[in-house]
Amino acid sequence: MGKTLAEKIWADHVVRSAEGEPDLLYIDLHLIHEVTSPQAFDGLRLAGRQVRRPDLTIATEDHNVPTLNIDKPIADPVSKLQVDTLRANCKEFGVRIHSLGDAEQGIVHVVGPQLGITQPGMTIVCGDSHTSTHGAFGALAFGIGTSEVEHVLATQTLPLIRPKTMAVNVTGKLKPGVTSKDIILAIIAQIGTGGGQGYVLEYRGDAIKALSMEGRMTICNMSIEAGARAGLIAPDETTFEYVKNKPHAPQGAEWDAAVAYWETLQSDADAKFDKEITLDADALEPFVTWGTNPGQGLPLNANVPNPADIADAEERGAAERALTYMGLTAGTPLKSLKVDTVFLGSCTNGRIEDLRAAADVLKGKKIAPNTRMLVVPGSARVRLQAEGEGLDTVFIDFGAEWRNAGCSMCLGMNPDQLTVGERSASTSNRNFEGRQGKGGRTHLVSPLVAAATAIRGTLSSPADL
Amino acid sequence: MEKFITHTGTAIPLRRSNVDTDQIIPAVYLKRVTKSGFEDGLFAAWRNDPEFVLNKPEFQGATVLVAGADFGTGSSREHAVWALQNFGFKAVLSSRFADIFRGNSQKAGLLTVVLPQEQIEAIWEAVEADPKTQVTVDLEAKNVRYGSVTVPFAIDDYTRWRLMEGLDDIGLTLKNIDDVTAFEKKRPAFKPETLPVRS
Repeated sequence: MGKTLAEKIWADHVVRSAEGEPDLLYIDLHLIHEVTSPQAFDGLRLAGRQVRRPDLTIATEDHNVPTLNIDKPIADPVSKLQVDTLRANCKEFGVRIHSLGDAEQGIVHVVGPQLGITQPGMTIVCGDSHTSTHGAFGALAFGIGTSEVEHVLATQTLPLIRPKTMAVNVTGKLKPGVTSKDIILAIIAQIGTGGGQGYVLEYRGDAIKALSMEGRMTICNMSIEAGARAGLIAPDETTFEYVKNKPHAPQGAEWDAAVAYWETLQSDADAKFDKEITLDADALEPFVTWGTNPGQGLPLNANVPNPADIADAEERGAAERALTYMGLTAGTPLKSLKVDTVFLGSCTNGRIEDLRAAADVLKGKKIAPNTRMLVVPGSARVRLQAEGEGLDTVFIDFGAEWRNAGCSMCLGMNPDQLTVGERSASTSNRNFEGRQGKGGRTHLVSPLVAAATAIRGTLSSPADL
Repeated sequence: MEKFITHTGTAIPLRRSNVDTDQIIPAVYLKRVTKSGFEDGLFAAWRNDPEFVLNKPEFQGATVLVAGADFGTGSSREHAVWALQNFGFKAVLSSRFADIFRGNSQKAGLLTVVLPQEQIEAIWEAVEADPKTQVTVDLEAKNVRYGSVTVPFAIDDYTRWRLMEGLDDIGLTLKNIDDVTAFEKKRPAFKPETLPVRS
């Protein structure tokens, strides 16, 4: 019987396999940031261990860094200590780091692909659940905790139980104004936040093949929101074109050898997935979340749901709590909701194509009264590229704030936060209670919906303009 | 890591599903560079409410958390596990855990036990009726006991052995480090390296 893509990559990385034990898997690339690594480096020091492969490790500063005044010392002393600790650890252990002010600084999942160190067929880990992003290249990539970060630093391996595989078939063709963000929000609404638990999701079908690399990254990024540690898309010409000529892409004969291998990275025709689901892209509309988990989403044209209509008691209770937290009444059209803050950025939608798509909608328009918009490029490189294309001027003329790179308001760890009761339309990945700031109310949307919402001040799609 | 063989203590009923890691510990509490002191951030937003179960006097000192389905969804922050441990929890029971959270807890020595939802509800009722109910989580016998009730649970033998021995995963892998070296010799030359820096 044939193998799935996930099974092939797994098999190519098994260092050791023994009955009754997890497989020991080799890790090709370890990405590091300031929040989940200090305790791991401490552990190494305590045990007198080294970083086994600094040449397969790279660090950047993203979660806890300010997006304003980055030329000055970080104002919050606790945040500063965490960033300084990362810098000192990287120096001590010989790990490459891209710090604030460096063109390659930015969200770790934007930096890997832009440097070309994210490639098909690799195993990639990071102490961040959105490591699933790199699966868009046909790499097996997943988030790990700090104990595992220490394990990878020390051994370049991880003991892991092989996950099950799920095929997610996205058939048909997206309508104009509907994006990869809407695909993944619809998938999560369909299978729930626990639906992917224990699986690697492989996204397949015509609608996936038609996506750009950045669109694919948006989808794989949110696999974890469906409970799956990893998402995968088989590499193809679109992938190879994207990797080619990036700084760390293979060169010359090595490029040819790499492509020959990458072309084998497809699920075999007779491979058997443990589960299969299907989503019809033709029928998809722009999507938005109304609740406090990413599975609580609906088409933008829908009304706030009535919990009384939900049969499952557990889900009904969760919906009731979500409506209370979100300050919503059942039956209200989602499009009538007034939004205070629009956030364009994050590892989900902070790449150049996302900024271009939003700028295209905003160009020549003015922001709605009493609305603020933060535009936070995913990396300093994306910021420079956007400025080269004049996108910064479009955003600033519109009335948005043009910021420096980082995770920013996606998780509200730095000063970019919502205030109590404030409602946001956010291109990020989590609408959990308080995620973007204590008491903040988050609606997850695509960059196009974010832009249209900033123009009208209420949840909107470009079709409403 | 501390060995976990069996633990007995009182329990807290957390009647919520989808308790994500941002609820367990919000991002603003993740700035410490140590593994201790995170108890102040545990369920920080909910603890502002005097009626929240962790604030109730009758549940003070509890060491077993009994939660709704899909506990620990969201981020990979192991700080969520440390916050629970720093607060005093030794075990968490739920009908379903998020994968990364469960992995982290098993590395850090916090026992996560999966029980059917109806068993979770039965424990909720028992501890709400009598908050002094002693709940035993026995990893050796693979069961949970309270009152006259005994509920078995499943856990893979390898994880159970590692937790009961309190073994450091890195130490175990280093015993097989020659296999890693041999694997590295066969890695294709086209695999990328981060050093030297290319631009």
